[in-house]
Amino acid sequence: MKVIGYYPGCSLHGGGRELDMSLRAVCRLAGVELREVDDWSCCGATAAHNLSHDLAVALPCRNLALAEEQGLSELLAPCAACFSRLKGTHVRLARSAELAGRMREITGRGYRGTVRVHNLNEFVARLLAEGFGAKLTSPLALKVAAYYGCLLSRGQDIVEGQDAENPNGMEAALQAAGCQVVDWNLATECCGGGFSMSLTAAVTSLSGAILRDARESGAQAIVTACPMCHSNLDMRQKGMGDFDGAGRMPVLYLTEVLGLAAGLEPKALGLNLHFTDAMSVASARQSQPVEGSR
Amino acid sequence: MARVGVFICHCGENIGRTVDCAAVAAEAGRMSGVAVAIDYKYMCSDPGQAMIRNAIAEQNLTGVVVAACSPRMHEVTFRRAAAQVGLNPYLLEMANLREHCSWVHEDRASATAKAIDLVRVMVEKVKRNRALLPVRVHIEPTAMVVGGGIAGIQAALDIAAGGKKVILVEKSPSIGGHMARLSETFPTLDCSQCILTPRMVEAASHPNITLMTYCEVAAVEGFVGNFQVTIRRKARYVDVAKCTGCGDCATKCPQKKIPNEFDANLGTRTAIYTPFPQAVPNKPVIDAEHCIKLTKGKCGLCAKVCTRGAINFQDKDELVQVKVGAIVLATGFELWDHSAYGEYGGGRLADVIDGFAFERLASASGPTEGRIRRPSDQAEPKTVVFIQCCGSRDEKIGKAYCSKICCMYTAKHAMLYRHKVHDGRAVVFYMDIRAAGKGYEEFVRRAIEADGAEYVRGRVSRVYRRSDGKLIVRGADTLAGRAMTVEADMVVLADAVVPRSGSEKLAQMLGVPYDGDGFYSEAHPKLRPVETAAAGVFLAGACQAPKDIPDSVAQASAAAAKVLGLLSSDELEREPIIARVNSQTCVHCRACINACPYRAIEDAALPARPGAPVVQVARVNEGLCQGCGTCVALCRSNSIDLDGFTDEQIFAEIATLE
Amino acid sequence: MEQTKANTKTTRDASAEGFEPRIVAFVCNWCTYAGADLAGTSRMQYAPNVRIIKLPCTGRIDPMFILKAFEGGADAVLVSGCHPGDCHYTSGNYHARRRWAVFHKLLDFTGIDPGRLHFSWVSAAEGRKFADLINDVTEAVRGLGPFASDNPARRQA
Repeated sequence: MKVIGYYPGCSLHGGGRELDMSLRAVCRLAGVELREVDDWSCCGATAAHNLSHDLAVALPCRNLALAEEQGLSELLAPCAACFSRLKGTHVRLARSAELAGRMREITGRGYRGTVRVHNLNEFVARLLAEGFGAKLTSPLALKVAAYYGCLLSRGQDIVEGQDAENPNGMEAALQAAGCQVVDWNLATECCGGGFSMSLTAAVTSLSGAILRDARESGAQAIVTACPMCHSNLDMRQKGMGDFDGAGRMPVLYLTEVLGLAAGLEPKALGLNLHFTDAMSVASARQSQPVEGSR
Repeated sequence: MARVGVFICHCGENIGRTVDCAAVAAEAGRMSGVAVAIDYKYMCSDPGQAMIRNAIAEQNLTGVVVAACSPRMHEVTFRRAAAQVGLNPYLLEMANLREHCSWVHEDRASATAKAIDLVRVMVEKVKRNRALLPVRVHIEPTAMVVGGGIAGIQAALDIAAGGKKVILVEKSPSIGGHMARLSETFPTLDCSQCILTPRMVEAASHPNITLMTYCEVAAVEGFVGNFQVTIRRKARYVDVAKCTGCGDCATKCPQKKIPNEFDANLGTRTAIYTPFPQAVPNKPVIDAEHCIKLTKGKCGLCAKVCTRGAINFQDKDELVQVKVGAIVLATGFELWDHSAYGEYGGGRLADVIDGFAFERLASASGPTEGRIRRPSDQAEPKTVVFIQCCGSRDEKIGKAYCSKICCMYTAKHAMLYRHKVHDGRAVVFYMDIRAAGKGYEEFVRRAIEADGAEYVRGRVSRVYRRSDGKLIVRGADTLAGRAMTVEADMVVLADAVVPRSGSEKLAQMLGVPYDGDGFYSEAHPKLRPVETAAAGVFLAGACQAPKDIPDSVAQASAAAAKVLGLLSSDELEREPIIARVNSQTCVHCRACINACPYRAIEDAALPARPGAPVVQVARVNEGLCQGCGTCVALCRSNSIDLDGFTDEQIFAEIATLE
Repeated sequence: MEQTKANTKTTRDASAEGFEPRIVAFVCNWCTYAGADLAGTSRMQYAPNVRIIKLPCTGRIDPMFILKAFEGGADAVLVSGCHPGDCHYTSGNYHARRRWAVFHKLLDFTGIDPGRLHFSWVSAAEGRKFADLINDVTEAVRGLGPFASDNPARRQA
């Protein structure tokens, strides 16, 4: 794979910047070009499907059509919500000619159904399959809890090849990076989703339970592939009492883990931008980073 | 000259509302060869049948078509009526105007047109029917019961009490089935083994019953009255004639840690073992997979300590042939594998167990001597959650049906737990309570009101094990309208009831149909619950559908009654739907002989004139032919035909539809 | 004689609106016939276009039956029996299946649209499947049009 279409969505350019940075660093190392979809627009996320079914399909449909017009047969959407909306729309349009027709009228673009949408876990698995493991020369000896949340574990036909009760899409990559993946209970439990501002107590409670179970299961860090989950788990540890200060649990993106294991500089991966200090994780590396690696 | 009588039944409103019976009768009256055509409200009633009999006698009818319900309903009734006035019963056919017409179409015009066609087809067939005489076949006065659980035992006892011999075949080393594993039974809380073991002993000692334990049915040939069954007697490695059941061998066996299937793998057994103390026969078997002598050639301690010299390491499986006239299938059930439910731990959590495991914990003769202890650390659980409908009523992952017994045994489990752990908390998550039997509703209320079981209406979405060993059970209390989390020490799942694995193979051996869930199909869901489509094969117990002990016993007795009815005569009259070879045109290509599934066609030499070469042809054995007609369609020289479904008849039927 | 023939000529004209296909079904007594009975007992409604000819087993079906049915003007023929492995007579349906595999080619050779011959397995418990089958076959054949329109040579005969 030399080139892949890239749909960052609002989060990767905003609150999920670390994911964007670490992803780009990993892709540079892997020799894969991330070609951003020109003139991409909002995918609708949770807001659109709460208001209007047509809007919720039209917004992603426009982006799929753009990707198709720009010759991108594969599209990586690292944000789990963007992935879910884009892939879900692709599936719905394939099933209903009537819906596809209506979308053509609304968006003014005809999507022919040729774009394959991937989430971060699928993309990373592909990199590994193409030999990225050889680049992981500084294994990260860390006990981690792999957290999938909801959108990366469930939804038949949208998330493919994962057992909704027991997903394992990140495991191979984490093991290749030298981590020990712990057995824990809340890998697919809700983190509080988009209620960070409007119902903060729910987020604190749900994300708190996730952090606690991870710690009780022996994890030193939580790894996630969704910027929403990352935000909820990372941002509110200070108020949690048992996760204040020294009790903190670093929350890492899958690509940050890979980047560290490949010997890259933590700052280049965005590790210094986390709310909960994650820089210390780099010290779990087994050998010195390779000189001049970028 | 054909004189066919056509009788159109209104069946009350069932046919009459959609099909214009008078018009059909009028049209039938105009058909060639029809001497009389009448329509009437209820043809199967006494006056209706009298009408047919009178018409046959007065009008000299040569054939009759009764256009009414399905022949599966009343063909026998009408044929009997015809026979009573001397018309050969096989000169009467039925046209199906109800199940195949009035009940499935709404438009009167098209339904009536179809009815007329259906009558016409049968008139043309009947004109070509020949009088057939029934074939008589010997009936072997012995029955075989497959499965030695409570249903099989009851069937065997009832058949034996009726004076007939029974062979009771059971694949495990002892009879008793699942009932032997239960602690107490609902709704009386009788000790299960106390009420079962007298029956087991009776079955073993009854002069008419031959017990074949540790045996399996390997092959079945033949047909009703004349089954040849090959039974595989598995090697026990113990000579039962010499063995006294003293048990010394098991105490000395060094292989002590084999998971004990009888105890739901909660306990262990030795390689030479008797499945449970009250086993019948009370003789051990050697588990060849785990025996050191049989796998590695060492040890042999049991043989050394046996004072009777009953151990025989040279034992081999043996095939035994038996002849029986009737077979009762009583192969029972097992529990669905709940590892398909990832949300309940996927089968990986030691303290999430199924109903049989709980029975063994509660049983005084179980691995914990009747004390409730959780498998992981043997601690006494102080909070036990019972989850009903695990795999039942679940089209997506489990079974669509209701398993019938779980509401009752869950109430029982909650009660037993509370009786044994007085300060324990029993929480039952349910969708509905199905307690329809005698004393059942009262039993469930007793569990709630007298024994303090907490019943919560709602499903459980997740069970997981927290790091401190507690099982976190997240469910819903829908009546209170809120989520509910219970920190439990043990969880008991009421897994769906499914047929025993391997039961499909047995059904195929016998030609017994089974449904999509593997349960054996009864001949008619309402009126023939213990017979199957395979003549001479009957059903008893949970192999037919999930059911409790009283219903299993009742069904077993019903099956026994059917068997005794069948075996009560020396001979059975068989339907004369038999193939016939025209030896003048047969070229002896033997295609029919090779194709017949019953080996009913043989080579025969025709008597030859002196000096002329001997001619070989095929010949049908009337006693064996089942009337499928496969040979007829195969014959290249058109030399074989099927009485009752001849080529002439079928071509005539097709021709009427032009 | 006129009275032995069926009486639906008026709806079989190709040019007439609402062409009603005429389907002859050869079914086995133990499975499909019983399945059709179950559809009736359950009051499942289906198209009135089928005429069932009962046989003990699909193994009894001679390919000539099917050809005769088409020769008589049937627009479609349906053969239905027990599921493989479940034949009441053990293997009759296997013979039927083998015959059909070869016969299918012959039918093609004669110029009869293979879409007019349908083969299915319906068990005694599958009332719904039987009803759906008749509806599906009726619609499929309605799309193909009357048999006579397939075979101009026959119309001239």
